[in-house]
Amino acid sequence: MEPQLEVKQQTELKRKTRLSKDRAMAVAFLAPSFILILIFIYGFIGWTGWVSVSNWNTLVPDFSFAGLKNYIYLFGDYRFQADLRNTVFFTILFIGLVIILGLGLSILIDQKLKGESIFRNIFLFPMALSFVVTGVVWQWLLNPSTGYNKFLQVFNIQPKWYTDTKILAGFEWGQIEFGLPVAIFAVVIAAVWQMTGFSLAMYLAGLRGIPEELREAARIDGASEFQIYRKVILPILMPITVSVVIIMAHISLKIFDLIYAMTGSGANFVTDVPGVYMFETTFRGNYYANGAAIAIIMLLLVAVFIVPYLISSRRGDQ
Amino acid sequence: MKKLFSLIFVLFLAIFLGACSSDSANDTPSDSDEGTSGEKNGGAVEIFSWWTGAGEEDGLLALIDLFENKHPDIKVENAAVAGGAGTNAKAVLATRMQGNEPPSTFQVHGGAELNEGWVAADKMDTLNDFYEEQGWMDKFPQDLIDMVSKDGNIYSVPVNIHRGNVIFYNKHVFEENGVEVPVTFDEFFAAADKLKAAGVTPLALGDKEAWTATQIFENILLGVLGQDDYKGLFSGDVAFDDERVIEAAELFKKTLGYVNEDHASRNWQDAAQLVGNGEAAMTIMGDWAKGYFSNDMKLETNVDFGYTTTPETNGHFMVITDTFGLPKGIENPDDVKEFLAVLGSVEGQDAFNPLKGSIPARVDADVSKYDQYGKDTMEDFKAAKLSASLAHGSAAAEGFLTKVNQAVNIFVTQQDVDNFINALKNAASDL
Repeated sequence: MEPQLEVKQQTELKRKTRLSKDRAMAVAFLAPSFILILIFIYGFIGWTGWVSVSNWNTLVPDFSFAGLKNYIYLFGDYRFQADLRNTVFFTILFIGLVIILGLGLSILIDQKLKGESIFRNIFLFPMALSFVVTGVVWQWLLNPSTGYNKFLQVFNIQPKWYTDTKILAGFEWGQIEFGLPVAIFAVVIAAVWQMTGFSLAMYLAGLRGIPEELREAARIDGASEFQIYRKVILPILMPITVSVVIIMAHISLKIFDLIYAMTGSGANFVTDVPGVYMFETTFRGNYYANGAAIAIIMLLLVAVFIVPYLISSRRGDQ
Repeated sequence: MKKLFSLIFVLFLAIFLGACSSDSANDTPSDSDEGTSGEKNGGAVEIFSWWTGAGEEDGLLALIDLFENKHPDIKVENAAVAGGAGTNAKAVLATRMQGNEPPSTFQVHGGAELNEGWVAADKMDTLNDFYEEQGWMDKFPQDLIDMVSKDGNIYSVPVNIHRGNVIFYNKHVFEENGVEVPVTFDEFFAAADKLKAAGVTPLALGDKEAWTATQIFENILLGVLGQDDYKGLFSGDVAFDDERVIEAAELFKKTLGYVNEDHASRNWQDAAQLVGNGEAAMTIMGDWAKGYFSNDMKLETNVDFGYTTTPETNGHFMVITDTFGLPKGIENPDDVKEFLAVLGSVEGQDAFNPLKGSIPARVDADVSKYDQYGKDTMEDFKAAKLSASLAHGSAAAEGFLTKVNQAVNIFVTQQDVDNFINALKNAASDL
C-alpha cells in the first residue's frame, strides 16, 4: 500500500503544480462573488431561519429561543391558512394558463403568418412592465364599478371580480373554508396577461429549434397535423415546459407586488398571499419572528419546485 | 489572454476596495463631528416623516422654511418617505432604529405607537425639562400630554391634531330626502333606512385597507363605552367579551348593512368621492377627508357637505396626533431641540396646520388662520374628552392593531359576532 500511495501523491503533486496557476486564477475570480453570495444570501437565509425560531415579536429584538412557536401559531392562523389556500389556487391557475396560452399563441405565430414580429411584440410587451404597473391598471379594469363592468352592462352581467368573497366548492378545513376563491381569478387574469409573453417567447424559440425534417418524417409516416404536435412537437418541447413551470412557480409562490398594488389582502383575505402577510405582520405589526417564519415557509415552498429541478439538471450535466 | 484576465481582476479589486474606502471616507466627518459637537454645523437636522401628499408636504416645507429663517446656521434635511399611509416610512424607520442610526427626529403618532413602541424599546430621550423650559406644560391639553408620556416622562412634541370621530355628509342629499343630522345610534339607523329606501347608499366605506372599517368600529366602541371604559379596553380593565363590546359589535354589524357594495375595491378617498358626488349620503372618516372635499373635489364647507360627530360621541374627540421626539444616540440633540421648539411654538403650529388641514395641538393658537371647520374643531378640542384612536396606533401597540385589522377584515365579510369577539380576545393577550 505504502509505495502505491506515494506514487499517487507524487502524480497528484505534479498535477497540482501544473494546475495551481489556473486554479489560483479561478479561485481569485470566484472568491469575491462567492463570499458575497455566502454572506448576503445564505448568511441571511440562515439569519432569517434563526429569527423565525426566536421570540422577536416586538420592536425590541429578543433572540431567545422559542422553538416552533411561531410556526405553530401561523398554521393555526385564519389568515395564513387562507394565504396557503390562495397560493395553491393562484399557482395552479396561473401556471396552467400561462402554459396553455403561451403554447397556443406560439404555435399560431409559428404558422409563418404575415406581420409575425408585430404580434410577437404585442404579446411580449406586457413583460416590459413592472407588476406594480400591471396591478394598478388591472385594479381599475376589473373594478366592479368602473372598467369592464361598464361594458358588460350591455349584457347585464356584473361580475364582482376581486371584491367577490365567494369560495367555490368550499368545505370547512381548519379555520377557513377551503375552495376556489372567485376573487383570485381577477389576480390570475392580470398575472397571466403579464407573463404569457414570456412562455410564448420560450415556446417560440423551442418551436424554431425543431428541424422541419422531423415534421416531414412524421407526415410521411401518415401522422395528422394534430398527431404531429401531440407525439412529436410537445415531447420535444418538454424541457421548455419544465423551465416555464419552474420560473412561473417561483414567481407565483413569492408574488407580492402585483397583489399589493392591485387588491391588497382583499375582503376576508380572499386575495391575500404569504408575501403580503409577511410584509404587514413584520413592518406594520412588528411581529418579526412571525414574519421570518412566513419567509422560511415561502422558501421551502419554492424549494419544493426548485430542488428536484436542480438535482435533475445536475444529473443531466453528468 | 491571461494578462488581460489578471488586469480585469486587479481592476475589479481596485473598484471593490475603492468602494470600501470611500465608505469609510464618508464616515470620518461624522466621526469628527462627535468630537467637536460644540460646532453648530454638525450633522444636519434630519426630519423623518411620511408627509409627501398634497397639503401635508406644503405644511412641512412651511415649517422647515420658518425654522431656516430662525436658524440659518442649522442645516435641515427633509427625509420624507412616501407611500402606504406611513407604512413604508415606518418600515424604514424600524430598520434605522434597530441599526442604531436614528434620524434626528421622526414623525410618530402620539399614544401607543410612541409609548409602547420606541419608548418601551428605550430609544427615546425624555423632554420634561425641555417642556418646562419652553413653558409648554399648560399650552397643550393635559390629556394630550398624557398621550405622549409614559411613567410621568414626556417623550415628544405634538404638532397637529386630527379628529377621528367625524361623519361627513352630503348636505344636498340630506335635504332632498328630508334627513336630519343624526346624533344617536337610533337616529343614525333611522336616517340610514330612509336614505336606503330612497335609493341612496347611506354610508360610503372604502375598506381596501382594513383600518377604515376599524375606524368605524372604534367610534362605535367609544359611543357605547364612553371615554373611561374605551381606554379601559386597552389597559385590560374592560374585557373584550364585555356585554357592551358585544353590543358595539352588533351595532357595527348593523352599520355594515348600509355600506356600498363595492367597498372592498375602494380606499377612503374613493368612498369620500361617493359622498361628494351624491351617490352616497355619509362617510365616517378622520377629518383629513375635509381637505379631500374642499381641495380635491372643490366642494364648499357647510354648503355642499357638512360634518358632525359619529353617533353618541358628541363631546368626545378621537385624537390622532402627529408628534416628533428626540431619539437617543443622535449627534446634535441641541439643534434638534431648536427644531422641536419651533415645532411646538404657536408660530410653527400656525404655519403647518392650516396647510395640512389639521388643527394645532396647542390651545392658544391663532384661530383666525383656520377655516370654518378648523375653528369649530378647535372649539370642540378645548372642551371635549380626548380619546386615543385605535385605528391609527394611538390606543394600543401596532401588533395588537394589526390583529384587530385582520379580525375586522374577516368580520366585514362573515359578520360573525362570536368569532369577532373571540379574535379580539385572543389579540388582547398581546396587550
